Amino acid sequence: MHETEKQSNWDEIIKPKRGLLELNLKAVWKYRDLLTLLVRRDFVAVYKQTILGPLWHFLQPIFTTITFTIIFSNVAQIPTDEIPAPMFYYTGTIIWNFFSKCLTTTSSTFVSNAGIFGKVYFPRLIMPLSAVVSAFIAFLIQCSILIVMYIVYSYQGANLHISTWTLTIPLLLIIMAMLGLGLGIIISSFTTKYKDLNYFLGFGVQLLMYATPIIYPASFIPAPFNKIVMLNPIAPVIEGFKFAVLGKGTFDFKMLTYSVVVTTIIFFIGLVTFNRVEKKFIDTI
Amino acid sequence: MTAIELENISKLYRLGMYGADTLRDEVLNFFARLRGKAPVNAKIGTENRLDSVDDQFVWALKDINFSVEQGDIVGIIGKNGAGKSTLLKLLSKITAPTTGSIKIRGRIASLLEVGTGMHPELTGRENIFLNGAILGMTKNEIKRKFDDIVDFAGIAKYIETPIKRYSSGMSVRLGFAIAAFLEPEILVVDEVLAVGDAEFQKKAIGKMQDVSKGEGRTVLFVSHNMSAIKNLCKHGIVMERGSVAFNGDVLEATDYYLKKNEVVTTKGKKIIECISFCLPTFHVEKIEFNGTEYCESVVSSEQHEIKVKIEGYTDVAQKTDLMLIFKTHDGTPLTSLAEGHYKGKIDILPEGKFIYEKIVRLPKYMFNGECICDIFLHSPGVEFIIKISKSVKIIFEGSREEYGTTLKMDIHGLSGLETI
Repeated sequence: MHETEKQSNWDEIIKPKRGLLELNLKAVWKYRDLLTLLVRRDFVAVYKQTILGPLWHFLQPIFTTITFTIIFSNVAQIPTDEIPAPMFYYTGTIIWNFFSKCLTTTSSTFVSNAGIFGKVYFPRLIMPLSAVVSAFIAFLIQCSILIVMYIVYSYQGANLHISTWTLTIPLLLIIMAMLGLGLGIIISSFTTKYKDLNYFLGFGVQLLMYATPIIYPASFIPAPFNKIVMLNPIAPVIEGFKFAVLGKGTFDFKMLTYSVVVTTIIFFIGLVTFNRVEKKFIDTI
Repeated sequence: MTAIELENISKLYRLGMYGADTLRDEVLNFFARLRGKAPVNAKIGTENRLDSVDDQFVWALKDINFSVEQGDIVGIIGKNGAGKSTLLKLLSKITAPTTGSIKIRGRIASLLEVGTGMHPELTGRENIFLNGAILGMTKNEIKRKFDDIVDFAGIAKYIETPIKRYSSGMSVRLGFAIAAFLEPEILVVDEVLAVGDAEFQKKAIGKMQDVSKGEGRTVLFVSHNMSAIKNLCKHGIVMERGSVAFNGDVLEATDYYLKKNEVVTTKGKKIIECISFCLPTFHVEKIEFNGTEYCESVVSSEQHEIKVKIEGYTDVAQKTDLMLIFKTHDGTPLTSLAEGHYKGKIDILPEGKFIYEKIVRLPKYMFNGECICDIFLHSPGVEFIIKISKSVKIIFEGSREEYGTTLKMDIHGLSGLETI
C-alpha cells in the first residue's frame, strides 16, 4: 500500500528493464505531431532538387507495369485472369510496393536512425509508424492512376466490377501494413547486433514477390503448389485485394483468416521485441 | 521537493564482443574465447578503462546516488571518461541503466546536441517544426513560440531557405533557439554551449539563466567550461571514474575538480620522476627547470628567462628539439615553445653523454599567477623522445607595473603586450 503510494508520486521512473507488455502506447500517441511531421519530411525532402519531383511516385510503377506486361504477358504468355494485363500488373505492383516499403523501411529503423536515437528520446515506434504512413500515402497517390485505368478499361468494355467486397479494401490494407511493420520491426530489432539480416532482406523481398501472386494469378498455379503458395501469409491478402478491386481472383475466407491470425501474431511479437530492444540498443549498435 | 532521485545507478558496458558486427566475427570470438584469447574486436588499450569486472566488461557508472531539488541548477564536472555522458544518456532515456532506478518528477527534456534530426533539404521553418517535435513539443506549442524562436536565432531573413545553405553558426543558433523555448520542468544540457560564437554563447547562457531563475526550473548542466558552470550553477557534482566524488556547493566543487587535476604532489617530487615516456635508446639522468630539479619553481618579477637543462646519454645520435607547453590548471594551453615546429630548428645530440641546455626568453611583462608546464623532447613530426606532462608548476610572481600593483594572470592572461 505504502509502496504504491510512493510510486504514484513520481511522474516517471527509469528502470533497467521494462515489463514484457509495457508497450507505452500512450507516449506514442503524445508524439503524434512528430509522426505527421516526419511523414511530411519524407514527402517534401525526397524529391527536392529533382526535375520530375513527385512524378517519380508514378514513374516507378508505370515502368514496372510496362516491363511486366511485355515480359510476362506478351512474351511468356502468362494469363491475367481475363483482366487487361496493364491493369493486372499495375494493381499488383502498387500493392506489392506498399507491402515491401512497409517491410524494408521499418526493418532499418535502428540502424538508420542511430544518430537521432543516440541524442534524443522519443518513443522509437514513431519512426517505423511514420514509415508505414508514408508508404500508405504513396500508395494512395499511385491509386489515382489505377482509377484512371479503371475508367478507361471499363469504357472499353473490360469485365471489371465493383462489388461489396470492395468495402474490404481498408481491412486488407491494414493487414498488409501490420504484417510489413511487424516483420520489419522484428528484423530491425535483430539487426541492432547483427547486420546480416539486412543483406538477406535485400534479395529476400525480391524472392518473396515471386512467391506471391503478383506477376501471375493464383488460379494459374497448378494443384500441389497452390496450397504452398497460399501458406505465404501475404498471398491471400494480395489475392483478396485483387478480387476486391478487379473482381477477379481467389477470395478465400479461410485463407484470409489464416493471414489475419499470422499477421496478428507477428505484429505482436514485433511490438514486444521492439519494445525490449529499444531501451538498450544504442549500446550494441 | 525532489525533482530527480538516482538510486544505486550503475551502467555496465561490454567491450569487444559487441564490437563484433557479423556472425563471422562472433564465431571467431567464440574460438578465441575457447583458447583463452581476447576477442578479435576487443578494444585494445582503451583508456578510461575503469574497474574492469572482467576483460570484457567495464563499469561506466557505479552506484551513483544523488538527488536534485526542484529549481536547482546543478553542474556536472569531470574528466573525459568519468561517466558524465553516460549519466546524461541514462537521464535522457537513450539507454537504460544496468541496475538502480531514476525517479523523475515533472516533464524532462534533454539537450545532448542541438539541431538533432534537422534535414538539410528542408527550410528553416520546416526544421523548426520537425526539430521541435523531435524534442517533444506539439505543433501548437511550436506555432505559438515560432516568432520568438526565429527572433532569438536571428535568422528571420532566411526562414524560407533550406538549412543546407545556412552557415554552421546559423544552424547551431537555430538549433539552440528551438531548444531554448522548450518548456520542460527539468532540463538536461550537455556541452552544447561549446559551439557558436562568444556573443551567442553569452545569449545562450543568459537564456538558460532566465529559464532556471525565473520559472523554478531544474537544470542539469554538463560542461568543461568552469566559468560557465560557476556562472550558472548553484550546486556542483564532480564525477570521477564512474562515481560521484564530490557533491556540494558549486565553488567548492570546481575547486575540488581543479585541485584534483593539478600536479599530484608538486613539492618534494623531482621532475625526472614524472617522465611518462622515454625512448629506450635515450637515458635521462638529470633534469633542471628554472634552476631546480623539483616540480615546483618560482619565476621572480625580475626574471626574464627560464633555463632548461637535461643531462644523460643516448645510444644513438638523436635529432631533438625542446618543446614546452604552458597551461592553466584545467588544461587550456596558454603559450608554448616549439621552435622545431615553427622555425624548423632541430638539434642533434651525438651518441654518448650529453648536456642539453636551452634558455627561453620570457615576455617582458609576465603576470602574477600559476601555470603548469609540459616538457617534451621530440623530433618534430617524427617521434617523441621524452614526455613529461603536467609535471612542473610554475609560480609567476608577476612583473611589477608602473603603479605598483601586480596584474593577475586569471584576469589579464599570461603576459602583457606593448604598443610600438
